[in-house]
Amino acid sequence: MNAVDLTPVEGNAGPFLSVRDLSVEFLSEGRPLRAINGVDFDLHLGETLCFLGESGSGKTVTMRSLVQLLPPTARIWGRVLLDGIDVLTLDADRLRAIRGSQVSMIFQEPMTALDPVFTVGHQIAEVVVWHEGLSWSAGRARALEMLELVQVPSARRRLDAYPHELSGGLRQRVMIALALSCKPKVLLADEPTTALDATVQIQILLLLRELQRELGMATIFVTHDLGVACEISDRVAVMYAGRFVETGAMAEVIDSPRHPYTVGLLNSTVHAGSERGKLAPIPGAPPDLLDMPPGCAFAPRCPRVVAACREGVPDLEQLAPGRSARCPRTGSPDC
Amino acid sequence: MLWYVLRRLAYVLPILLGVSIVCFSLLHLAPGDPLTSVMPEFASEQVIEQIKRSYGFDKPVPVQYLLWLFNVLTGDLGLSQVANRPVWDELVPAMVNTFQLAAFGIGLSLLCGIGLGLLAGYTRRLVTDRAITTTAIIGVSVPHYWVGLVLIAILAVTLGLLPAMGKAPPSDGFGLNDIRHMILPAVTLALIPTGIIARSVRATVIDVRKQEFVQTLQANGLPPRRTFLHVIKNASPTVLAIIGIQLGHLVGGSILVETVFAWPGTGYLLNTAIAYRDLPVLQGTILVLATFFVMLNFLVDLAQPFLDPRMTRQ
Repeated sequence: MNAVDLTPVEGNAGPFLSVRDLSVEFLSEGRPLRAINGVDFDLHLGETLCFLGESGSGKTVTMRSLVQLLPPTARIWGRVLLDGIDVLTLDADRLRAIRGSQVSMIFQEPMTALDPVFTVGHQIAEVVVWHEGLSWSAGRARALEMLELVQVPSARRRLDAYPHELSGGLRQRVMIALALSCKPKVLLADEPTTALDATVQIQILLLLRELQRELGMATIFVTHDLGVACEISDRVAVMYAGRFVETGAMAEVIDSPRHPYTVGLLNSTVHAGSERGKLAPIPGAPPDLLDMPPGCAFAPRCPRVVAACREGVPDLEQLAPGRSARCPRTGSPDC
Repeated sequence: MLWYVLRRLAYVLPILLGVSIVCFSLLHLAPGDPLTSVMPEFASEQVIEQIKRSYGFDKPVPVQYLLWLFNVLTGDLGLSQVANRPVWDELVPAMVNTFQLAAFGIGLSLLCGIGLGLLAGYTRRLVTDRAITTTAIIGVSVPHYWVGLVLIAILAVTLGLLPAMGKAPPSDGFGLNDIRHMILPAVTLALIPTGIIARSVRATVIDVRKQEFVQTLQANGLPPRRTFLHVIKNASPTVLAIIGIQLGHLVGGSILVETVFAWPGTGYLLNTAIAYRDLPVLQGTILVLATFFVMLNFLVDLAQPFLDPRMTRQ
């Protein structure tokens, strides 16, 4: 077992969300495709964990599988304990009761993720009415409250606005209001700032950080943007080809990355800790999930590859409490 | 919203004007002289001139058009040359009959078309979807009148279950016998719209269900019936536009079906007017049906912004 110990900042009881050996397989033209391979992590209330990786690394699939929001061709294994409830064994009704009320999601593209033919007030109220059994007028009052919480200007008027009448930033604020409307304990954010302008990105990030602290939610943040990850996360899990390759506290991982892939990511993006002016892209492309190399999935692109890398998938080795890397050379001095 | 209505209206008026010009031109485009049927056989030049003048044919064509348009707008469609009665008196009962049949037919095709379309859209690529899609294609491709004749041959002639043609004799009010007479023509009439509506509902539903907001609804734990309402409302503008056009076809394009079933509606009236070269009846019927078609689509356009708020912004 390579359970990653993501110890909380303060001494909480147990983790609110505990994931063990989570694997997801899709049927792709009759062949099984392993998108996620044995992911383990714990998350406490009030903590933000970031999944960092390139597209196709499995970060979104990992996040969605927590509430089984995957296409019908997907098969999920493992155990997802949410406040003691095994989410993967729930029937459809009980799963729906959790979605939106305990665990909410924010999507990447706020234009397409909101229904274009209903007012935003209606869309928020609908969720509240359904989960909490309130009247529609109470639901509408909650919607107003939520729009004010996410700092939508002239919120009362915006209740009756349709998504197309709002700017991208406002739409994403509405999306956040929708996700938070039933006071969830876990917030799943799938690249919530990627589709926005740079200036709006910062506003939304700051808002999310503020709300997360205020409401004390456990948050999972999926992004490929290191800068965004730095800004919002306590901890990070770097993903490559459906596996965690490195985990740890955000600052530690940035300061002393232990996996060559993390090093490559840091060198190929502009961020606060990057050496001035030197950008080095990682050569090659992520592997085809239908045709994986036998050993470490990163070996074909790795500058420090040794024979052991190609023999078997390296273990996720614990380096310190809450700090681990999946590389046979993490112990060697030049790493 | 008012601006939207005015803009739609601005599209409708030129179309109606065009329709009236085409209808008026029928008189002059049809082979032969419109007066031959009323002219005495060996009329002298002087008599011909006199008749021409009395009918207004001595004036230039644009003036004739304006006079005709004025009459039409004041409710005078002229006299039927065959029955020698006002065209309106011929047209009104025929329209009532046609609307009865069309209402029955559109009800049937909405019920079947939307129901089957939803079923197919929700069971995409499964057996039900394939069966419905195939049936819809056959329904759209097979000619009306042939289906009508086959239905008559089987259900009316061989099995004797339903009357073969005509309308129930007028009795006190609308009864079972009226419905029995309407079943076969209404089913025949509903065939093509059912197929077209089913196919468009299916395509639209599949399209809407692929959109991302459906995932948001699922991520928020809304049950399938609430998701279904969102899908329906998103699909409705497209489907309504198609229903509008089909309803128009049902009222206007029923010449063949009404003829096969000898149903005394506008289609039947048109058919007899063509046969007897009764030009005023032809003109009046086409004009009224075309106006109905245009106005129906205008109403559909007006309904669209209520279903899709993005429509008013262009």
